[in-house]
Amino acid sequence: MKKTMKLQNLDCANCAAKIENAVSKLDGVDSVKVNFMWQKMTLETPDDQFDTILESVKKTAKKIEPDLVILT
Amino acid sequence: MSKSEKSQLIRILIAAAIFTAGILLKIEGVWKFIIFLSAYLIVGGDILWKAIKNIARGQIFDENFLMTVASIGAFFLTEYAEGVAVMLFYQVGELFQSSAVSKSRRSISDLMDIRPDYANIMRGDALVQVDPEEVQVGDIIIVKPGERIPLDGVVEEGYSALDTSALTGESVPREVGMGDSVISGCINQNGKLSIRVSREFDQSTVAKILEMVENSSDKKAKSENFITRFARYYTPTVVIAAAILALVPPLITGQPFDVWIVRALTFLVISCPCALVISVPLSFFGGIGGASKSGVLVKGSNYLEALAKTEIVVFDKTGTLTKGNFVVSEVHPVNMSSDELIKLAAYAEDYSSHPIASSIKKAYGKPVDSSQIKDIEEIAGHGVKAFIGGKEVLAGNAKLMKLKQISYEDAASAGTVVYIAVDGKYAGYIRIEDEIKPDSAQAISDLKAAGIKQTIMLTGDSDAVGRKVASALNLDEVYTELLPADKVEQMEKLMEQKSGKGMLAFVGDGINDAPVLARADIGIAMGGLGSDAAIEAADIVIMTDETSKISTAIQISKKTLRIVRQNIVFSLAVKAFVLILGATGYASMWAAIFADVGVSVIAILNAIRALNVKKFNKVS
Repeated sequence: MKKTMKLQNLDCANCAAKIENAVSKLDGVDSVKVNFMWQKMTLETPDDQFDTILESVKKTAKKIEPDLVILT
Repeated sequence: MSKSEKSQLIRILIAAAIFTAGILLKIEGVWKFIIFLSAYLIVGGDILWKAIKNIARGQIFDENFLMTVASIGAFFLTEYAEGVAVMLFYQVGELFQSSAVSKSRRSISDLMDIRPDYANIMRGDALVQVDPEEVQVGDIIIVKPGERIPLDGVVEEGYSALDTSALTGESVPREVGMGDSVISGCINQNGKLSIRVSREFDQSTVAKILEMVENSSDKKAKSENFITRFARYYTPTVVIAAAILALVPPLITGQPFDVWIVRALTFLVISCPCALVISVPLSFFGGIGGASKSGVLVKGSNYLEALAKTEIVVFDKTGTLTKGNFVVSEVHPVNMSSDELIKLAAYAEDYSSHPIASSIKKAYGKPVDSSQIKDIEEIAGHGVKAFIGGKEVLAGNAKLMKLKQISYEDAASAGTVVYIAVDGKYAGYIRIEDEIKPDSAQAISDLKAAGIKQTIMLTGDSDAVGRKVASALNLDEVYTELLPADKVEQMEKLMEQKSGKGMLAFVGDGINDAPVLARADIGIAMGGLGSDAAIEAADIVIMTDETSKISTAIQISKKTLRIVRQNIVFSLAVKAFVLILGATGYASMWAAIFADVGVSVIAILNAIRALNVKKFNKVS
């Protein structure tokens, strides 16, 4: 499934690129787009794994940008 | 300005005041240290804290870390002022960047402010406001003057003028009445309208446009990818270079360490790539936003980038260069006035609903007195015979004239010709043609002025008609009598004619030409309003049916790319220059601070220019 989520406190464009890069390497992530200008993340995963993958996405993102909040 | 931006600004101002005082007061010793340290902690405390947290997480090439190392290093070398300045200006740069980004985000949201807040719907006897998403197909909604049309539909009752400028950039209002279809996002100017909803909100024009604009920055341009990739290597490279610079030369030459450490610290200050990384997407963001304002929707930064490299523009004829409706273009009477000839033709064709007949009746423009028409006889494949005011009138093609053995002048060149004979004698002909759009000729010459090498037309229409349109518009080449499959094949051949980096754009109306739109490097659909096929198939959608918007889009694209190129070259050149000067000891930390913050401020200001596209919108 594919879902677009709002991001909060995404302050720098380079961090957005880093998050996109790191998340795309996670297991189970089919595709991910981090849109810095609109502060959005679009994540695509197999249907049944979305929630578990989202958890690891959140962890990865937090490592790069500690203040980042992914609103679901 | 947001709350966090405000508190950041206050901290910057306080720190700047203490910093200035520290420099002016010329205090020495421990007090100097305390004054600068307090300024440092006020402005850079949060960066320090983030850096510490990030080290714990194993993120070392992060700009918080780099700035912390550079500034603390300066403190250790008792260069207190430099240490504070690194943090102070870094924060100024960050603040500037975030407010510039949110400002352009806001201005794009404003110009894309087409999302309806509510829909008025009758529930029982009362008119209630509901969320547009709750309205279903077939519901009747009421739109009062001044309100935005929330959903696509058909007018059931009422008459009004609609302001479509938010969607099309077109300033002339559109008149609508019963039976007309209307699209969401327009503003109802003066009359109350009842509208039967034809599409749910998710499928409505507004929702589609918003989705397109918001997703456009997902499709990244080549130069954007280049800069992101560059940033990935740039920071680690500069940091490693800084480490080598701090250690190797003193170990080899035996010079004191602190000279080389200062040089290494200047490297760290320049190593942050964020400004560079933001200025490129910000430019595209501005360009796409500006284009939407002019009624041109671009589905991705990559398409905006490709558009600037267009060499060949291929047009579909009907509905793109021409209006796709038929009008009388020539009336050639013999022994009677033009008005009389048109009148006879209109009367003879009165019962026909064929487009040719309607265009003749439209040209006549007066009501037909059907009591004067008798004994209408349709001669299939030829035309009609009727008695009008007691006279036998024949109206039809050349075959009809031959069939009735009437001598006529052959006028077949372009369009459709209707010959008319009265009481067995030839009375003249009427030519009916598809009308060329008023701005098509100008659009073609604008494209040539914008550096397009070839303009080509593909059409399924007859050779005579196609050539006439092509020569009227001064097109370079024309291919006629093509079936839909031939168009794709012809497109393949044309794709081979362009140079390596050149792009080919196809402009169509999205009807019957989806495969060609998809095959071209850039598919441009005209008249996007209301045409789902066009919005789906194309890379760029022109909301109005003005051909001239293509050169507008190309100009916007070129301007955006120019800005992107300026930013990349300028930022990289300054950074490289200061890196060289820093390594050889000619650049102070102040120069490094300029290379970092100054360059980003200039690049961002330059990027914001992309939003301004006013001069490309011709007053029509």
